[in-house]
Amino acid sequence: MNAPAIENLSRRGFLQGVGGLTLGFCISAPFAPAALARIGVSPAPTFGFNAFLRIASDDSVTVISKHLEMGQGTYTGLATILAEELDADWKTVRVEGAPADASRYNNLFWGPAQGTGGSTAIANSWGQLRAAGATARAMLVAAAAKRWQVPGAEITVREGVVSHAASKRKARFGELAEAAAQEKLLIDVALKKPADFRLVGRHARRLDSADKVNGKALFTQDVQLPGMLVAVVAHAPRYGAVLRGFDAAAAKRVKGVVEVVQIPSGVAVLAADTWSAKKGRDALKLDWDEARAFKLGTDEILAKYKELAKTPGLVAHTAGDADAAFAKAAKVIRAGFDFPYLAHAAMEPMNCVVKRTAEGCEVWNGEQLHTGDQYALAGVFGIKAEQVKINMLYAGGSFGRRANTKSDYVVEAANIVKAIDGRAPVKLVWLREDDMRGGYYRPLFHHALEAAIDAEGRLAGWRHRLVGQSILKGSPFEGMVKNGIDAVSVEGAANLPYAIPNMRVDLHTPEDIPVPVLWWRSVGSSHTAYSTEVFLDQVAKAMGKDPVALRLDLLGKHPRHAAVLRLAAEKAGWDKPLAAGKPGTRRGRGVAVHESFRSCVAQVAEVTLAADGTIKVDRVVCAVDCGIAVNPDNVRSQVEGAVGFALSAALYGEIALKDGVVTAGNFDAYPILRINEMPRVEVHILPSQANPTGIGEPGVPPLAPAVANAIGAATGRFPGRLPFRSEELKA
Amino acid sequence: MISLKVNGKSRQIDVAPDTPLLWALRDTLQLTGTKYGCGQALCGACTVHVDGVPTRACVTPVSAVAGRSISTIEAVDAGKVGRAVQEAWRRLDVVQCGYCQSGQIMSAVALLTTNRKPSDADIDNAMSGNLCRCATYQRIRAAIHEAARNLAKEKQA
Repeated sequence: MNAPAIENLSRRGFLQGVGGLTLGFCISAPFAPAALARIGVSPAPTFGFNAFLRIASDDSVTVISKHLEMGQGTYTGLATILAEELDADWKTVRVEGAPADASRYNNLFWGPAQGTGGSTAIANSWGQLRAAGATARAMLVAAAAKRWQVPGAEITVREGVVSHAASKRKARFGELAEAAAQEKLLIDVALKKPADFRLVGRHARRLDSADKVNGKALFTQDVQLPGMLVAVVAHAPRYGAVLRGFDAAAAKRVKGVVEVVQIPSGVAVLAADTWSAKKGRDALKLDWDEARAFKLGTDEILAKYKELAKTPGLVAHTAGDADAAFAKAAKVIRAGFDFPYLAHAAMEPMNCVVKRTAEGCEVWNGEQLHTGDQYALAGVFGIKAEQVKINMLYAGGSFGRRANTKSDYVVEAANIVKAIDGRAPVKLVWLREDDMRGGYYRPLFHHALEAAIDAEGRLAGWRHRLVGQSILKGSPFEGMVKNGIDAVSVEGAANLPYAIPNMRVDLHTPEDIPVPVLWWRSVGSSHTAYSTEVFLDQVAKAMGKDPVALRLDLLGKHPRHAAVLRLAAEKAGWDKPLAAGKPGTRRGRGVAVHESFRSCVAQVAEVTLAADGTIKVDRVVCAVDCGIAVNPDNVRSQVEGAVGFALSAALYGEIALKDGVVTAGNFDAYPILRINEMPRVEVHILPSQANPTGIGEPGVPPLAPAVANAIGAATGRFPGRLPFRSEELKA
Repeated sequence: MISLKVNGKSRQIDVAPDTPLLWALRDTLQLTGTKYGCGQALCGACTVHVDGVPTRACVTPVSAVAGRSISTIEAVDAGKVGRAVQEAWRRLDVVQCGYCQSGQIMSAVALLTTNRKPSDADIDNAMSGNLCRCATYQRIRAAIHEAARNLAKEKQA
């Protein structure tokens, strides 16, 4: 989400954060040791410094993460930022997920809401956690100064030890924590200069590695509570189908099945264990009224979109006089691009544990949208949002799926608990097929592009029309829909960085398609980077220009784009011919550059095509500008993973509907990239002194267009639809 | 009652004979390191060893493995190959979300147990049944090579 309004808010938040004025600090009494022991925290007396930090008398430093760890290295990165300013000993640092409390833990880029997404975790926390660390460090220094009766200015802090050189006195954090936590907060604390960073910019090992290689990491799927029941649900076969009735007799005969209840989204079978619940669910006899259900297939949806694309949409961006440029054009180039629905297909299918409590309700979830889910569950139970306690667990991937604008699976779990009057805690388990057919896909889009080349051979005009459903309309983020334009439908297209004097970008947003849509890693850029960058290569070819040279010609006002493009081209050896492949194969090299989540990424892909059109991506060279890389190895890891994730979609990703039914249910019909298909990925990070920007998503958008442009270079054919079709690429 | 031998211990469990080993491990024996991903042996997240052979627990009925030796991620550090693989995984920061990694590690340990110096092609063959949606494959490959090197050094020492 690249929302200007939110960016402004974030800048204010950042400045305030650095000044330590709005951090919601609370100096709290020591946490009760018993409570800490229960959640696996050191039982040593522990002292709260602020909303993000506790230090225990055994020297352990606990950083409280307001953001979800769903694979992006967020826990480690956030802890690195705070530990840097605290001058903590990295070996003593651990991370704990924050509770749901938007008054302290809101995403500073999202105003009053707590949640993780839009590649914002590090970027919005940068100032906040630096200030939190620096303030706590100052409190430790103040406590030591008092104890030793020396001036604070003479005290130094390094790797968890506070020292006074002149008197040769030293104290570990743990020895000072109790006194320091009582110190008055200092409003003006100095932050380090980047040159003095000892952790930021270096490789701190991931804090979650150890528990993720021995099976101990706790995911929602692993939660076991006393008396808990497992629920598996029968959902409607088509969007808009209504349950007329059901027969649960056979389901109830399955050993282990405890109860069968109807809920708004289907029929839930509750059992003592997952397998019994699944067998019970499969034994249900369901009678669905599908008279008003949606029965179109994706081919028909696409045909409708192509018809719509023949008429003007709402204008999202305009510059100069596009129509005049086309009227005067010496040459016009046109192309259309089709993008399918895509499932997130996180390895851990959606699931959620909900328990009704005396205080309200308690949730265990790979929690990505705390505030939205709190309000949604409050609505289900008729309680207040603050009565919804959320335990944020590790998420087995999300890619946007768990930040659900309708809280879909969380509400489903709560509705099951409500249907049994809260008698037992319930773990809702979606099987892979429930997850894949459960909707909330990356929206299907059609794009139509035209370029006008003038008599002097310059790119004079650009018209870009997009057709696709809105993600934001009707969501809590609807404020980002302006004048009918959903900002995330056109991001990457409406802000095209190229200097083209006459432009128009317009959008159709069909509202008669009930297939639920959602952000999917890189959101609008997952399709706009493809259409704009592949089309630009087609334009370059028509103009007889080198794709890198043409881009650089047009990027005069965008030095970050130009810098990553140059770096990627240099590291890939763009100026040297690509080595030939084995006889009978065709090889090509392609480039793409794209900004998303305020980071710029360029990629050069090398591709080999077999005679039958089979595509093998051999190597991808990436250059990244994400501001200061808090953890460069994690930046590389994210971009490597983004390449693989994006390549899955480019080669295979497609959720098709036939007569309204989602055809794919599992990985046989919705394949995911395998290790033998993973290209060699090189990631080069542009040195930067700027504040960090996103990295979880920005590696995704350039990959598919870079590969398509490599295919174009090898075959002369630029794929006009995703996923690629080998049959269209035969020799 | 079905008798299972899991991580060296005999366990008696009262489940239907068609219950997949995956759910017996997870729901009955509380060994939740073995993950559910697909239920159809398509993703490898549930990989365990049965008599040392990597096996998809989600399609293996408990009745088929009664009395056989089952080992899971929870016991992988009992062997030196397992420890070398875990160490390489940690050193190279392979994991992202981590959900598939129990299965990846079980497959990698099985590979290195029978092939102390796997080639890239050997790794492709042994590991291509284990999906990773975060696409940590480049590091998985590097970590297997590193574990192999470290095991070779250990042997020399």
